Amino acid sequence: MSKRESTSKDSGARSNPGVGLVRSEASSELLRELVAHLRQNRTQLREEWVVRISETRLLTAMTKEEIFAEATSVYDSYVEALETEAFEALQAYARNLSERIIPRGVETHEVVGIVLLLRDVLARSLFAKYQTDFKKLNRILDAYEPAANRIANTVAVGFVQERERVIRQQQEAIRELSTPVLQVRERLLILPIIGVIDPHRARQLTEQLLRGIRTNRAKVIVIDITGVAAMDVTVANHLVQTVEASRLLGATVIVTGLSPEIAQTLVTIGVDLGKMNTVGDLQGGIEQAERLLGYKVVPLAEPR
Amino acid sequence: MEVPILKQGAFLIATFQAALSDADLNQLRMGLVQQVVKFRSRAVIVDVTAMDVMDSFASRTLREIALMIRLRGAETVIVGIQPEVAFAMVQLGLTLEGVATALDLEEGLAYLIQKFKNID
Repeated sequence: MSKRESTSKDSGARSNPGVGLVRSEASSELLRELVAHLRQNRTQLREEWVVRISETRLLTAMTKEEIFAEATSVYDSYVEALETEAFEALQAYARNLSERIIPRGVETHEVVGIVLLLRDVLARSLFAKYQTDFKKLNRILDAYEPAANRIANTVAVGFVQERERVIRQQQEAIRELSTPVLQVRERLLILPIIGVIDPHRARQLTEQLLRGIRTNRAKVIVIDITGVAAMDVTVANHLVQTVEASRLLGATVIVTGLSPEIAQTLVTIGVDLGKMNTVGDLQGGIEQAERLLGYKVVPLAEPR
Repeated sequence: MEVPILKQGAFLIATFQAALSDADLNQLRMGLVQQVVKFRSRAVIVDVTAMDVMDSFASRTLREIALMIRLRGAETVIVGIQPEVAFAMVQLGLTLEGVATALDLEEGLAYLIQKFKNID
């Protein structure tokens, strides 16, 4: 969005696509006037706002100093947005602010709350200034309200978008954590699976494993599912597919740690167990893997 | 597009280029068996590293190649299937059952050498 130049001569109406409102020269003039007022009374209005914030018990997770610092930058950005109507810049600012305060435990309702409080504080200030000229007050509010509403909206949306981004990032991190592919010997990988496997996670597991086979040139993989309580048909089939896909990459899969429940599931759904190499527990699985790879583990002679 | 077939001692190595048409695959099938006969090869390695997609026809052709070559008393090893391709294949039920596979050319050769060492 283009900045309105304060000294330009407008030829008639200019539309602001964001606000959905046609601004006349007069209305631009009013906006400039109220922005000047808000800048002039910055210190006092900001202080009033901070008082209101603590009265309403918002931002309790932050210290007074932190609130003051953030309040200053929010106030200035607010007034700037009123003046320039550069809402993308505001949204970027909102996301930036969110990135800072979300880790401190600030909630969505708090962010929306403080922005609305600022809106109120500034509006009251305008009432006070123009109380003797009701017509002018109305015109000033006509200029102020749509912009202020747009600001509140923009900040809230920016905040929510940032939260969603963080949540997605955390989900991804959790997924990665819970399915590590570990090399325990040359050519031998272990994939310990813990928790609930849904089809999405199963698919991700397979992709990770296949990549791991190629990277580590693995010939044997032990998939341990001791930590998996139950498995449905879809996931069981996925496990079979993982075994088959691994074979296409020249690797053998040994599945260990099948609980009685899962063993029942596999038998019931008629999984072709000839395709699956299974051993009771992880220890047995590793021992078999070592045999397949030609390793033999022998105890060293006891020192006398 | 011709698939180059190289001779490496008692083995033949056929390296797939990227996209092979059905006609190419048919030609390869006959060509490979003929070469096995001509050189009395003991095994064929088919390197599909460059294939980024494997459809059911290609998969079936590979199986047929292996079976035909086995009738000549020789072994086939498919090497270089990419992780994404392997994943897609098993989802379509194309498992190349009964055909030996290995990670890459090096592994394929090692497998064959080991196998023939045990037999001889």
